[in-house]
Amino acid sequence: MSGAPILDVRNLSVRFRTEGGDVPAVSDLSFTLDRGETLAVVGESGSGKSVTSLALMRLLPKDSAVTVTGQALLEGRDLLAIPEPEMRKLRGGAISMVFQEPMTSLNPTTPVGAQVAEAVQLHRDLDRRAAREEAARLLDLVGIPAARQRMDDYPHHLSGGMRQRVMIAMALSCDPGVLIADEPTTALDVTIQAQILDLLKRLQERTGMAVVFITHNLGVVAEIADRVLVMYGGRAVEQAPLRPLFSRPLMPYTAGLLRSVPRMELAGRRAGPLPAIPGNVPDPRHMPPGCVFHPRCAHHQPGRCDAAAPVLEAADEAREVRCLRWRELAA
Amino acid sequence: MSGFLARRLGQSLVLLVLVSMVGFAILHLAPGGPMSQFASGSDMTQEDLDRIAEQLGLNRPLPVQYAEWFWRMLQGDWGRSYRDGEAVLNVIGSHLGATLQLMLTATLLAIIIGVVIGTLGAIRRHSIFDTLATVGAMIALSIPTFWFGLVAIYVFSVWLDWLPSGNRFTPGDGSPLDLLRHLILPAMVLALVETAIWSRFMRSSMLDVVNQDYIRTARAKGVPEARILLRHAFRNAALPMITVLGLQLPTLLGGALVTETVFTWPGMGRLFLDSISYRDYPVVMGILMFSATLVLLGSLLADLLHAVADPRIRLG
Repeated sequence: MSGAPILDVRNLSVRFRTEGGDVPAVSDLSFTLDRGETLAVVGESGSGKSVTSLALMRLLPKDSAVTVTGQALLEGRDLLAIPEPEMRKLRGGAISMVFQEPMTSLNPTTPVGAQVAEAVQLHRDLDRRAAREEAARLLDLVGIPAARQRMDDYPHHLSGGMRQRVMIAMALSCDPGVLIADEPTTALDVTIQAQILDLLKRLQERTGMAVVFITHNLGVVAEIADRVLVMYGGRAVEQAPLRPLFSRPLMPYTAGLLRSVPRMELAGRRAGPLPAIPGNVPDPRHMPPGCVFHPRCAHHQPGRCDAAAPVLEAADEAREVRCLRWRELAA
Repeated sequence: MSGFLARRLGQSLVLLVLVSMVGFAILHLAPGGPMSQFASGSDMTQEDLDRIAEQLGLNRPLPVQYAEWFWRMLQGDWGRSYRDGEAVLNVIGSHLGATLQLMLTATLLAIIIGVVIGTLGAIRRHSIFDTLATVGAMIALSIPTFWFGLVAIYVFSVWLDWLPSGNRFTPGDGSPLDLLRHLILPAMVLALVETAIWSRFMRSSMLDVVNQDYIRTARAKGVPEARILLRHAFRNAALPMITVLGLQLPTLLGGALVTETVFTWPGMGRLFLDSISYRDYPVVMGILMFSATLVLLGSLLADLLHAVADPRIRLG
């Protein structure tokens, strides 16, 4: 990919103020997204993936309990700083989002065609009839059979996979430069998951949009990503192109995640149970000192990993890693 | 759909018969009765009284009286008032207009104001407006209506002398303006409590809806905030209100006993109260059947409306 990145996120931090104290949900996160690229954001539940995407869309609750700092430049415009009316025009236009829960993400009392047409009309200069035509075309594009007849169906008439297609049609209605897909396949059956991933890939090739794909499923990552950002405890811990990351993970956390994926070719030959990373993601109110991952890390050195916090450093021109020992471990 | 209707109507009829039995029994078991009304205060002989009892059928066993009343009611003869011999259906009919006028005004006011207050309260939750609305609703709900009525009469009729203290119109006048002046106080007092109820229902329904995923979806596709509220949230939040409306229908016509009494409003509520104290059995039973029918029709109507408004509901 050439030219400036379409999305450039710099030092994004999100804090929630709760009765139990300040909760840093995302800390100092920076990443870039090139045009047409797919960046997978990976991590366990609670690693800050979804909060990151909601912060970029400015969909976090607008009250004093939430503090978002940093910059998110979409083609040079800072999504976190522009006034709300301008942001509203970008939302669903230049940057759009598909959510995890297709079952509850559509308005139950409005026909699906009208919901897609609404998105079209909001951002494009089309009259009602033309917007409806366009909605039918989009529903057909995302593979809804007999799309024209289904326009007047309500969400409850459709299966989860079909609803997610409607959500995708809505998100694509204005040719966004960036699509944020927040675990779009997690709630779906495995066969439907594959169909939706294929659809997203096909649509991406067609429109050239860049995709931020949030998931905890490494199988899905291997399927769709160009580059991977691994998050842990609200921080980026490793960032690398897909192949090098999968073949030679630098951060012990990434390595642990990869080891805990069940593999067909090892079935029956593996001795013992599937390796899992021991312990749980840290409570963001009580982050461990030093490296946030050290309590769960098989390679942690007492007195070193629990004392100094590692910084995200460049491992080569395309990779970044946050680990005090990555050089020793890689050797 | 037609199966649903037939089943619901069948259930309603059974319920109506049960209500009539229980009502009839309680009414007749209550101490006193029309005969003691006739006996007191006039110079009737025992013979006269016996003749009246025979005429009205009050000397027969209760089940027989009930069967007779029930059979006649089915044929459309609801009996005659003991007080003036007027046919019961006519008596009810002549009081219905006053009640409808008062209740429709109060309910419309309450729905409009209550829905607006509830919606605003939900959108600006914990704001000063919301807190005031919540406290106001609690006060309106916890203070008895008759007290509000008396205070309103004291302030607006006695003290300020702006509005009449009761009745539906000034005898000999009855112009629209006169009717309106008489309507304002009782409608205001009634609407106060109902507004409190509607605003609380609407607030909680709206709060439910604004936290739903599809509202976030609407935001994510760039829908302006005002349109999110009006098009996406309001419609979904208003659905449960249909049920509330259905439950309100009987009070709409059954009358507000207390308010009508305080403002000497010649409606169904006062008719019911007067008829009970006079032991006017036919009228009391008539009103009872009338309101029971309304309760059942109201809930049926609410279900039907709900099915029309909510595409997810299929009656069957």
